[in-house]
Formats: sequence, C-alpha cells, structure tokens
Amino acid sequence: MDLAANNEPLVSVKNISFSFGSTKVLEDINLSITQGDFLAVIGPNGSGKSTLVKIILRIYEPGNGSIVLLGEDLKNFEQWDKIGYVPQKATNIDPFFPVSVREVVGMGLLSKKSFPRFLLRRDEKIIDQALEQVDLKDFKSRRIGELSGGQQQRVFIARAIVNQPSLLFLDEPTTGVDAETQERFYSMLGTLNQAHQITIVLITHDLGILNKHVNKIACLNQRLVFHGMHDDFCNSELVQELLRGEHHLVCHRH
Amino acid sequence: MEDILTYGFMQRALVAGVFISIACAILGVFLVLKRDAMLGHGLSHVTFGGVALGLFLGIKPLLMALVVAVFCSVIIQKLREKAGLYEDTAIGIFSSTGMAIGIILVTLSGKFNVDLFSYLFGNILAIERFEVVIAVFLAVTVIMVISFFYQELLYQTFDAEAARTSGIRIGFLDAVLAVLTSITVVIGMKVVGILLVAALLVIPSAAGLQIAKTFRQAVIISSVVSIGSVIAGLFAAFYWDLPAAGTTVVVAFLVFLAFGTLRILKKRGVLE
Ligand SMILES: Nc1ncnc2c1ncn2[C@@H]1O[C@H](COP(=O)(O)OP(=O)(O)OP(=O)(O)O)[C@@H](O)[C@H]1O
Ligand SMILES: [Mg+2]
Repeated sequence: MDLAANNEPLVSVKNISFSFGSTKVLEDINLSITQGDFLAVIGPNGSGKSTLVKIILRIYEPGNGSIVLLGEDLKNFEQWDKIGYVPQKATNIDPFFPVSVREVVGMGLLSKKSFPRFLLRRDEKIIDQALEQVDLKDFKSRRIGELSGGQQQRVFIARAIVNQPSLLFLDEPTTGVDAETQERFYSMLGTLNQAHQITIVLITHDLGILNKHVNKIACLNQRLVFHGMHDDFCNSELVQELLRGEHHLVCHRH
Repeated sequence: MEDILTYGFMQRALVAGVFISIACAILGVFLVLKRDAMLGHGLSHVTFGGVALGLFLGIKPLLMALVVAVFCSVIIQKLREKAGLYEDTAIGIFSSTGMAIGIILVTLSGKFNVDLFSYLFGNILAIERFEVVIAVFLAVTVIMVISFFYQELLYQTFDAEAARTSGIRIGFLDAVLAVLTSITVVIGMKVVGILLVAALLVIPSAAGLQIAKTFRQAVIISSVVSIGSVIAGLFAAFYWDLPAAGTTVVVAFLVFLAFGTLRILKKRGVLE
C-alpha cells in the first residue's frame, strides 16, 4: 500500500495511556506521524518518551487505545523490516560480549527473513554498505566492545538502517558522542530524511539540533504538551514558558 | 594409543562424549551470555528427581529423567515469564523440590547404591549402546535446532528489546533454549554426572568467551575446549584410573584459567 499517496499517516497513536504498576507514565496520547516527517520528541527525564516509542514498537503493551503502524493494526503488525530502532543507551552493552561489528549489523537483516534466518553471501555486501554510511567500514571485524562509545552508537545506527527502513526511531542516539561526530551524524540523518525519504522519530534532549533538520516537534510530559510544526512550537506561549532559557536555542533559525 | 580405540566401551564413550560435549558448549555460550547459567544447574537437580522416579518405577532412568526435565523446563520458563523479576526463584523452587522428591524416591526404592552413584558422578565408560544412540540423536538435535535459530538467538542474547522490534519471538526462543537445556543436561549427565553437568555447560563456554572476538569464534573455541576436556577425561580414566568426570571438569577449568590469564596479559599490553 502506498501510504504517501493517500496521505494516511505512517504512525497513528490514539488514546494511549500506560502505567508501570501504579505509576502513571503516559496519559491519553494522540499523535500521528506522516511520511517524510522528521519529528523530534522532547520532554524532561521520566516524561515517557522512551516508553511511548517502546509502545509503538510493541515492546510494551498499552492498557487501552490503539496504534496503527504503516497502515496495519499494531497487534497484527509484521513489516518489521521497514522499521529501524536505536534504543536509548544502546552503548550500555556488555563490553566483553564477543560479537563483531559485522555480526551486530547483520542482526538488523533478520527482520527481512523468515525461518531459518541465515545470513547469506549477498548480505555481506548490504552490511558493508550500511557500515560505509556511518563511516565504519574499517571496523567491520572488530569486537564491538573495543570501539569507543560514539563508534558503537554508529554501529547501532548502521544496524537500524541496514534494511533501508521507511521509519526510523532513534532514542537519544548522540549521548556520549563528541560534538564533531554529532554534527556529522545529524547531517547524515538530514540526508536520510530528505534524499532517501526516511521518516525519522528522534528522542532528544539536545535542543540545539531542533532548528536544523527537524520539521515537527512533540513535547511530552506524561501528556502530550505540544505536537505540531517546528515554527508553531516556537510561537506557542506554553512552550516559551516551558523552555525559558533555552528558547533561543530551539527557535532561532539560522 | 591405537589399542585404546579397539575397546568397544571406549569407542562408545568417545562417540557419545564428543557429540554431547559439543551440544553442551554451544548451548552454554548462550546461557552464560544471557546470565542464565543457573538454569543448567537447576535442571540438573530436577534431573536427579527424574532419575530417582525412573529407578522407583523401574523405567529406564535416562528416559524418565528426560521426560521430567523437559516438562519442568517448560514450567520453569512459564513461571519466569509470569513472575518477571523473580527469575531465579522459579529455578530455586524447582531444583530443590526435584532433589527432595528424588531423595525420597531413591530411599523408598532402596536404590542408594552404586547404580545411583553412576548417575551422580557420571560413568561414561559404562555407557550402553542404546544410550549412545539416544545421546547422539539428542545431541545432534540440540545442535541442529541451535543452528537453525543461531542468528535469532544471538540477536536476542545481545539485545532482547531490539530483537523484538525485528519480529523475533523472544518468549518462544526462551522456551526453546530451556527445553534444549533440559535435554542437554540429561545427556550431559551420562558424561560427567548430575553433580558436574552444570560445569560442562558453563566452563568450556566461559573459556571460549575469554578470548573470542566474534560470536562464531566463541562457539567454535568453546566446542573445542569442551571436546578436548571430555577426551582428556576419558584418557585419564583409561590410563591412570582417574575418574573421567572429575578430570574432564578440571581440565576444562585449567583451560579457562589459561585463557583468562591470556586475556588479562593482553589487556595489560604484556602480549602483542
Ligand atoms: N521498566 C520500568 N519499570 C518501572 N518504571 C519504569 C520502567 N521504565 C521506565 N519507568 C518509569 O516510567 C517513566 C517514564 O520513563 P521513560 O524511560 O519513558 O522516560 P524518558 O522520557 O525516556 O526519560 P529520559 O529522558 O530520562 O530518557 C519514568 O518515571 C520511569 O521511572
Ligand atoms: Mg528515555
């Protein structure tokens, strides 16, 4: 189904609430993400950003509400090869886990396969291409624990994009990545979004990035405080209050 | 060297030992990395209950143990899924209850004797022909199932949440691993006995993990260590009358120690 043509959203979240035991984490979230969006999800620590993404990815099951992902009800969703995901603290891995960079990126290819999910010779090439995109081709055979935090993060990004997904979720992907690499990383995301038409959902605390590539913003704080275009975000009074000192960072377009 | 292989019991022991040790090592790599090595330990106690039930009922203990262990592994897995946090508790409850029932049954059946000892401490040199057939068949099954799910198991072991978003059925694979572990524990019992079978799941894999750079290497090195240890145990038993089980585990431990030292030396920059 060509979702872009009939303008149906890639993701539509309706009336989602979620609690961990008695702790309410999300309340009545309604949100839709359209093809080509570069959506930034922001909000203070513990506001439910990661939880929301995990619900959309069926890692957690919401109590009520419904989610439609790529035109399919999430309950029956199967097109996992069209989804890329970089978890928060992906680099919190066991440093001794004996797995090479190429083996990690290869994991991403499994969603395209059905039983038995073997990696074939032609998959090697696809892995190479993904590693090339994140500038890590020379690290292919290294054990992942031997890489720096930023390099590891890029391996996880390669794993997330190896299938050329139509929808990419990134949960604070640049934590612990140096400024220069961040810069390159965000412009890579910009290219993926613009040239390759990949829809991106980026959870971030780094408000400085918002003004560059992002076109939409969702601000969470248990409830969805704001959801809309970047420019409207800047004019909304609520937000000016919310961001106070950091307002200029987000809204001053260069 | 040549004459040792002309003995029928030695041939049977070698064939069974090699296949079983490979199954133990490969499965062990996943269990150790999943921090789930206790599962093997717990299931070995359950296996004791199964052996005792077999002795009590007069059914072949190996087969009875297999049924009981597989059954309990499924239940343990279900409990762990439900109980969430209390993963170890499910294992703890089952392993001690299995042991307790085993002790009662063994006492009732009056079989506190040499026969029971061979299950506790292993007696691979006395392995029967039908046991070799079953053990090899089961070991090959375990190895084949793991290789069919190899990539998925690796993904899940490394990063379970992300694996889920690739459409990998985590719960199903956990159940598969639990069942494979129960099977492996039962056949491993023939080699090193109930008391040491958990060691065969853990030590060769832990040794492999010391020096492997890739997952494939970890699996291969662990298997080689495991096979080597079992063969060393057999030779020690043949030539020096040492217990095969004890020697196997000690050899595996020494290799682990050597690889661990190697890793530390490398890290300190003493070696290349
Ligand atoms: N596994 C869990 N069990 C219980 N509570 C949890 C769990 N994970 C998260 N929470 C709680 O849910 C709330 C939302 O967590 P979440 O990780 O979604 O926040 P976040 O917006 O991603 O925060 P951060 O910016 O720190 O990453 C927090 O109050 C947290 O304590
Ligand atoms: Mg988070």
